[in-house]
Amino acid sequence: MAPAAELIDATKKYGEIEALGGVTIRIEPGEVVAMLGPNGAGKTTSISILLGLRKPTSGKALLFGLEPTNLLARSKVGVMLQESGVPAMLKVREIVDLFRSYYPRPMTRDRAIAMAGLEEKANALVRELSGGQRQRLYFALAVCGDPDVLFLDEPTVGMDVEGRRAFIERIAEFAHMGRTVVLTTHYLEEADQLAKRVIVIDRGVVIADAPPGEIKSRVAGKRVRFISPAITEQELGGLSVTAAAITDGRVQLLTNQPEAVLRELFRRGVEMSELEVAGADLEDAFIAMTSH
Amino acid sequence: MLVRQTWAEFLKLWRVPAFSATSLLLPVVFYAFIGLGQASQPLFRGSHITFGAYFLASMAVYAVANVMIFSFGISVANERGMKMDLLMRATPLPPLVYLLSRCITAIFFAALTLAVLFPFAYIAGGVRLDASEWFTLAYRVLLGSIPFIALGFAIGYLAGPNSTIAVINLIYLPTAFASGLFFPKQLLPQIIQNISPYLPLYRFGQLGWDAIGAPTSENITTDWLYLAGYGVAFFAIAAWAYRREESRKFS
Repeated sequence: MAPAAELIDATKKYGEIEALGGVTIRIEPGEVVAMLGPNGAGKTTSISILLGLRKPTSGKALLFGLEPTNLLARSKVGVMLQESGVPAMLKVREIVDLFRSYYPRPMTRDRAIAMAGLEEKANALVRELSGGQRQRLYFALAVCGDPDVLFLDEPTVGMDVEGRRAFIERIAEFAHMGRTVVLTTHYLEEADQLAKRVIVIDRGVVIADAPPGEIKSRVAGKRVRFISPAITEQELGGLSVTAAAITDGRVQLLTNQPEAVLRELFRRGVEMSELEVAGADLEDAFIAMTSH
Repeated sequence: MLVRQTWAEFLKLWRVPAFSATSLLLPVVFYAFIGLGQASQPLFRGSHITFGAYFLASMAVYAVANVMIFSFGISVANERGMKMDLLMRATPLPPLVYLLSRCITAIFFAALTLAVLFPFAYIAGGVRLDASEWFTLAYRVLLGSIPFIALGFAIGYLAGPNSTIAVINLIYLPTAFASGLFFPKQLLPQIIQNISPYLPLYRFGQLGWDAIGAPTSENITTDWLYLAGYGVAFFAIAAWAYRREESRKFS
């Protein structure tokens, strides 16, 4: 069976600026994949090329082994884009029906609206929706065709914490139906909660492609934090850490040998308070991987 | 899919009163102000054509061309302004269906304006035409409006999303006057009279006036050929503007 989505050595230049420098990604049917990276890393460009919205400068993109602009390929794909609008003068149920008509085997209108949690707004005009509701409408439009693959570009951007949590559950519900989900995010906890595979993109190249747990363990086992107002960079020199940062006297270290590091710091006579040692989370791993 | 898309396009335009109300009611209002007072007068001494019938043809041309330019201009501008085109392009909707649905909607709207204007002229203006004349007028103004679809598209892509309506008004209203749609051409300044035979709306108007039996300056075949020429030119400009937009956004 052909992969659900595939980028083969894709590069993209906007004028002189290289947005992608040779990205190869293969996503199998049923996978839930998060593409992670700082702003401007090339996530949206990757998605746009996969969807046929932009042409790669070199290399190629395939959906189910077909060109992304092929309508048969597109009929298996649901999309939620950053920065896209829908007609303001249509009602929610009307526009959901419209998008359903594009697909060969759509889900029912009520089901699509329920999956997005928009039951109460089904008869409202699009222009009457709040920002969060609009975002949910885009989700309804993405899933209403009952697609095999769902592409979500920064789906929770601009949502509050509660809204994001509920939204993540909706995406997870869709993924549990055995569908492929590809989402980009810079919220690391989203990737951790949803995805079985995380692809880290930075400066247009893939720097890691592994399950979230492996990415965490690859970088550092433990995070050491303490406060030491008078500390200098020199006092942290020569320690066996994978990353070190001082901000306003707050020190954060990532290390696989926290005991040895602390012993050395005490030997050097570093004054510290509020010492804390904890397992590193994905965010720490991410910072360590993308810090230059 | 086509039915749904057409219905959606219709609702989008219908719910913009600035478009639906003005395109349906303005021709009737103009007809009431300019046409009714002298509707039963002969067009010129000894003519069996009434001014009411003549002005009905003028307003039918005005109304239909207005719908074509505005509906396409506004929908293209809205789409660009709200970035709707991006999401639509990622769906399996064939572009041809999209285009077709808009054409059907615009033709439907144009027919709707005639459905308001014709009975008004019949009842209030006492305009009496043969069944074949009503029919000829209706089909000619619908068919002859095709170049104005392309003009609407071209302006929608060339003008900024927020200035489209202003640009269309700036072009459309003065040329409607210069083409003699509001006042017979003979009342216009000589310099305008010299220009008007080269305006697409003037040619379009000729088709309408000829349909109700009013004398026109040339054979209507000439008018059809002019319109066809303008149609080809406008479509070329629209296609060029569309491709320019495409390569800017999607390359």
